[in-house]
Amino acid sequence: MTIFLVLLVVALLGVTFWQLSKIFQLSQGKNDNSQIANDNDNKNQGKIMLLFVIAMYAMIIYCFVAYRSYFLPETASEHGKDYDNLMLISVVLIMFVQVITQFLLHFFAFKYRGSKENKATYFADNNLLEAVWTGIPIVTLAGLIIYGLYTWTDIMDVNDEDDPLVVELYAYQFAWRARYAGADNELGKANVRFIEGVNTLGVDASDTYAMDDIVTTELHLPVNRKVVFKMRSQDVLHSAYMPFFRAQMNVVPGMITEFAYTPIKTTQEMRSSDFMIEKVETINGIRRNKNKDLLAKGEEALEPYEFDYYLLCNKICGASHYNMQMKIVVESEEDYNKWIAKQKTFKQVVAK
Amino acid sequence: MSAGAHGHHKETFITKYIFSEDHKMISKQYLITGLLMGIIGIAMSLLFRMQIAWPEQSFGVFEVLLGKWAPEGVMDPNVYLALVTIHGTIMVFFVLTAGLSGTFSNLLIPLQIGARDMASGFLNMVSYWLFFLSSIIMVFSLFVEAGPAAAGWTIYPPLSALPQAMPGSGLGMTLWLSSMAIFIASSLIGSLNYVVTVINLRTKGMSMSRLPLTIWAFFITAVIGIVSFPVLLSAALLLIMDRSFGTSFFLGDIFIQGEVLHNQGGSPVLFEHLFWFLGHPEVYIVLLPALGITSEIIATNSRKPIFGYRAMIGSIIAIAFLSTIVWGHHMFVSGMNPFLGSVFTFTTLLIAIPSAVKSFNYITTLWKGNLQFNPGMLFSIGLVSTFITGGLTGIILGDSTLDINVHDTYFVVAHFHLVMGISALYGLFAGVYHWFPKMYGKMMNKNLGYIHFWITAIGAYGVFFPMHFVGMAGLPRRYYTYTNFPYFDDLADTNQLITYFALFTAFGQLFFLYNFIHSMFYGKKAPQNPWKSNTLEWTTPVEHVHGNWPGELPTVYRWPYDYSKPNEEGDDYVIPGQDYATQVTPMQEGEKQLHH
Repeated sequence: MTIFLVLLVVALLGVTFWQLSKIFQLSQGKNDNSQIANDNDNKNQGKIMLLFVIAMYAMIIYCFVAYRSYFLPETASEHGKDYDNLMLISVVLIMFVQVITQFLLHFFAFKYRGSKENKATYFADNNLLEAVWTGIPIVTLAGLIIYGLYTWTDIMDVNDEDDPLVVELYAYQFAWRARYAGADNELGKANVRFIEGVNTLGVDASDTYAMDDIVTTELHLPVNRKVVFKMRSQDVLHSAYMPFFRAQMNVVPGMITEFAYTPIKTTQEMRSSDFMIEKVETINGIRRNKNKDLLAKGEEALEPYEFDYYLLCNKICGASHYNMQMKIVVESEEDYNKWIAKQKTFKQVVAK
Repeated sequence: MSAGAHGHHKETFITKYIFSEDHKMISKQYLITGLLMGIIGIAMSLLFRMQIAWPEQSFGVFEVLLGKWAPEGVMDPNVYLALVTIHGTIMVFFVLTAGLSGTFSNLLIPLQIGARDMASGFLNMVSYWLFFLSSIIMVFSLFVEAGPAAAGWTIYPPLSALPQAMPGSGLGMTLWLSSMAIFIASSLIGSLNYVVTVINLRTKGMSMSRLPLTIWAFFITAVIGIVSFPVLLSAALLLIMDRSFGTSFFLGDIFIQGEVLHNQGGSPVLFEHLFWFLGHPEVYIVLLPALGITSEIIATNSRKPIFGYRAMIGSIIAIAFLSTIVWGHHMFVSGMNPFLGSVFTFTTLLIAIPSAVKSFNYITTLWKGNLQFNPGMLFSIGLVSTFITGGLTGIILGDSTLDINVHDTYFVVAHFHLVMGISALYGLFAGVYHWFPKMYGKMMNKNLGYIHFWITAIGAYGVFFPMHFVGMAGLPRRYYTYTNFPYFDDLADTNQLITYFALFTAFGQLFFLYNFIHSMFYGKKAPQNPWKSNTLEWTTPVEHVHGNWPGELPTVYRWPYDYSKPNEEGDDYVIPGQDYATQVTPMQEGEKQLHH
């Protein structure tokens, strides 16, 4: 039945197009059926070109205004400020070039729309012009490259002198675990070949460094202390993506990858920032609306949303890739110490 | 190739329409196959766009099309990933590589350089039929029990290597790899043929510096293909070894489904290097032919020489060279050494320079022209527009620092769809509208062309411009649903808007399909040179003849861009009353060789 309906719709569409093209042919006048653009077409299409670029500007403005809350969430890591700065410069530059070039392209299309009376200018080459628009991008890009690489080196430099907290991020289909290095701040050796029973991360029980390691399902971080993530995967590629910290690194089976940053805002501070208050209010507005429908249907209402940092998987990893997440809590050093003291060490877990 | 022999021997239906060695027929075969694959690819994108926009709703159309993979209209997550994967594969390789380059390289290389056919008509036929075979296998893989390949079009192992990791990595992936291996063979045979033809079979007077920019683009594209496709082939072969013969090129230290695999020492990052060594040049394999087509159409319809002919050639060569040393920008956060990241940032941002030169040259070509807005011209201008918009965000993604937070989000999806997806599709459409009279001897309806263009232009920006913002908000790509993150709740409206635009754009393509099929049979008969173009293909008769020119091959006397060239006194054109001088027009008395 559905197939029949689909066929019917297709047939009707065919008839519609046929009729449409007939109408257009008639509106053309009988003497021009050449299907080659004439002066009238050039005039119309040229005008639409101009309208199009105006509409494009309107769309750009609309997007930047209406979607301003999408634009890079407030940063919560130290290098995030440099990142945002570089992003801002790049976006401003890009939009500047975008606005000018799109205007020239469409405006020229409008202005020089053809007609029988016009003559095109034979203008095939100009070395000076070519040099100008080779030179300007070179200079601009040199600036961007230097600034970008400076920031990149800064971000990717993991230096032991900072006395960073060492945490292993362990990924498997479809969840995350964190392994803290414990009192010695040194992770015990591990390999998937050691996975057995409660030792789900394959920690090497013969390694003395491993005894005080702590495996958790939530990631807690003390504020203002650099943390180095050592990442390990159990099965396929994953990617640890922590957008609020401007941090991302793939997690690769068979090797250990690293990323480091310093969180500078606790979860509480983030929740009370203007950005997040507005954002959470919008989201809860949407959820309240949904609840009306849900309650009307006799289903359970959604809880109001409260913000928490999260880590998501950002490398396709299988059926439940879309739900592979871990909660991140950034807190004061005391709170962190209290929390970590409550967790079981590897020794305690294995002894049980 | 013996020129004189053609046109005399009797052709059967099979040698004329099926196993044809005539480049014009092969080009049509490529186009039709590419369009059919395109319909499948675009239909898939609509399905997964509907899933993203309304993740909590069920759709009857899902059940009709996906059957047991969408029970009661609710799409299975594995199928979502399969749709995304096959959409990418089909669009990149089958539509925009074979459908675009295969069609127009085949049609235009012999016609525009003044050759009777390709250097080897037989290999050309083999190339098409291998492509056809690979298409059949790819389509067939949609019907296997556990579903088609679903590991993303980049098929990173171990996900793609282990059937335990996802159902699509079983028979579906085997078929995907077989299909691609055959596709690569087809592409290599085709590319070698193009290169040999361009180098050896140019007619008298057709020096390299008199080649139309289309031919330059096809030529360089073929060279990039020859350099980079074999690397993908070797990656695919090694992956087949890992999957079926127990080797460990890309696998090591894996524990899955309760058991440790025996593999040791392999690295998925190695696969990423091999994949992107083709994967990035592939972007230009897709894009350069589109840019070549645009150069030709913009010059013809502006009634002006293309601005900076030599700079355009230089840019094509520079882009081609740089494209082979930038693949690492897909891998900034793959775990490779950050220093390598710096190097790839540097080379990547360099590509912006020849790209900027090309864009400015297109804009300058329009300046003081006498623009004829045929549908092909509209799509060419559209291409320049999306190429700029999409290319500019490459400055963000090519910067290793900025890539950290937008990598693998919808920002990337928006970027590459505009800069290579939409741009190359525009190139394909521009080419079809422009050379339809040459291919089928009929004119396409211009008004349907206008409607098609404006729906597509509005739709493409409506889909992909807001998508940048969704990506900036941190929404990862390839998510079946984002409802598990309440933080993304406020993206729902935008995602729905994008899907509406996608449906609208796809609807607009029906105008094209109707126009294409209708004009093929009932179109107005084309004049010999409808766009008053200078290039050689328009000196051949409208009715195709085997060997292209009924008599002698034409001799070329000038470059292809003598549009509106003034005579010595400046009161008329070099050919009085005619604003173009075809390449076979001898230099007029007193005329200066201004540029070539």
